[in-house]
Amino acid sequence: MIAHSIFFYTFSIIAVVSAIMVTASKNTVHSVFFLILDFISISCLFIMIGAEFLGMIMLIVYVGAVAVLFLFVVMMLNVAQQKNQWFAAKDSSKHIPVGLIISTLIFVEIIIVIGGWKYKPEIFDINNSIGQTGLSNTHSLGQILYTDYIHIFQISGMILLVAMIGAIVLTFRQRAGVKKQSYIKQISRERAEGVEVLEIETNKGVRIDD
Amino acid sequence: MEYLSIVFEEIYKILFLLVPVLVSVAMIVWLDRRVWAFVQKRQGPNVVGPFGLLQSLADALKYIFKEMIIPSSSNKVIFILAPIVTMTLALIAWAVIPFGATKVLADINVGILYLFAVSSLGVYGIIMGGWASNSKYPFLGAIRSAAQMVSYEVSIGVIIINVLLCVGSLNLNDIVIAQQSMWFVVPLFPMFVIFFISALAETNRPPFDLPEAEAELVAGYQTEYSGMMYAMFWLGEYANILLMCAMGAILFLGGWLSPLEIFPFTLIPGAIWLILKILLLFFLFALVKAIVPRYRYDQLMRLGWKVFLPFSLIWVVLTASYLFYFNLLPVN
Repeated sequence: MIAHSIFFYTFSIIAVVSAIMVTASKNTVHSVFFLILDFISISCLFIMIGAEFLGMIMLIVYVGAVAVLFLFVVMMLNVAQQKNQWFAAKDSSKHIPVGLIISTLIFVEIIIVIGGWKYKPEIFDINNSIGQTGLSNTHSLGQILYTDYIHIFQISGMILLVAMIGAIVLTFRQRAGVKKQSYIKQISRERAEGVEVLEIETNKGVRIDD
Repeated sequence: MEYLSIVFEEIYKILFLLVPVLVSVAMIVWLDRRVWAFVQKRQGPNVVGPFGLLQSLADALKYIFKEMIIPSSSNKVIFILAPIVTMTLALIAWAVIPFGATKVLADINVGILYLFAVSSLGVYGIIMGGWASNSKYPFLGAIRSAAQMVSYEVSIGVIIINVLLCVGSLNLNDIVIAQQSMWFVVPLFPMFVIFFISALAETNRPPFDLPEAEAELVAGYQTEYSGMMYAMFWLGEYANILLMCAMGAILFLGGWLSPLEIFPFTLIPGAIWLILKILLLFFLFALVKAIVPRYRYDQLMRLGWKVFLPFSLIWVVLTASYLFYFNLLPVN
């Protein structure tokens, strides 16, 4: 058990410290790197409580894809300077109430969920459906997601799809005069239409561009 | 004391795995250069040692004694961290590769997800290196590589789903054992081809080596690196290539299984079969490098998103329907 608690405290301290550093560090790219460190230590904690599937999915989805895109955007947009201007400017106090409201909301939500789970375990019937069947947690997750909760699962997938299509539609613009290559056209070119053999008289040459 | 003996035993096992991997990475670089040279009617490295076998060791020695230059305008911590991250990620993935029914360092339930996660983390070494260098070419290389690796991971993920449908388990040993009657390369051949091409893109090999396209970007994300840090990038890259070959061998070529379960083949241990399969795939990697010209960037993106992703998704539907219709789904 000692080894277990050593690992637990190591990962949780790293998680908490890096979460603080995400908001505290001046450089936005550093914030994203701390966010990644946070994700990784959280997924280690997941693995420690035996939820290895969730831990790996956390690594693949959040660290492997979402955070890469975060980094991408932060590097490309050079947000670092913008952030500094916000905090240096006098109207920065406008952002503080909004942030406070949102963080209070999240805090209250977490309190409600954890309190309910701690003192009224019967409102969460997931405990009953998993049971101690001796299945690996990939199997038991699949058995719950694709049977009892199939509609919710499908609906959340649809919402993500709609969001994705919406983002593409909003940013897509058709520009005139862009040169595009048609692969079919390129591949189906024959020798007859590509090359022309001309008889050229000496000292006359040939005009190409008419 | 009990803990200590467990720790020492594990360290011994890890060293027993890592040292051969590192040596074979050095050998594989030599093999790569030799194959490349033979395709182009050259000799390749053939001076140091028999057949030039020790060329990589000589190169490594050279890198160790070279000066490490850290650009003054770079972000020093991340600049130094980047090659370390690349190297570490390339090596930790070997923990779950099974070399035999029991010869595996960590026989975890979600082995294939672990491999996939580690290979998707590999992009960070490149992004960190490119960003921390604080110069144009590395930055462009890092951006290109991030987009490319994220795109091709999607199709690799879908291909893995295809294999998992036929296995019914995420454990790598179960995946190998499920291929006892037939290697998955036979029923899922189109997926094997797509996996191979996606693996080329995932490891930034030609024809998808745009992140380090020397004609446009000098050396991409590793332009500012020198000495030992450059060597670590280089080792990490080749270890990743070997890892992708091992993943292909396990998913499609039956891992440590021998091709036929009859007398002369069963004498050879499974580890040798796995190594032979990895070498076969690596030989293909090296051939492709020599014979194929580099893709243009928009063609690369088109291939990933508009060809591979829809095709492998359709194949998932086909596999699932086939298994469901003939009642072959591995349910337990």
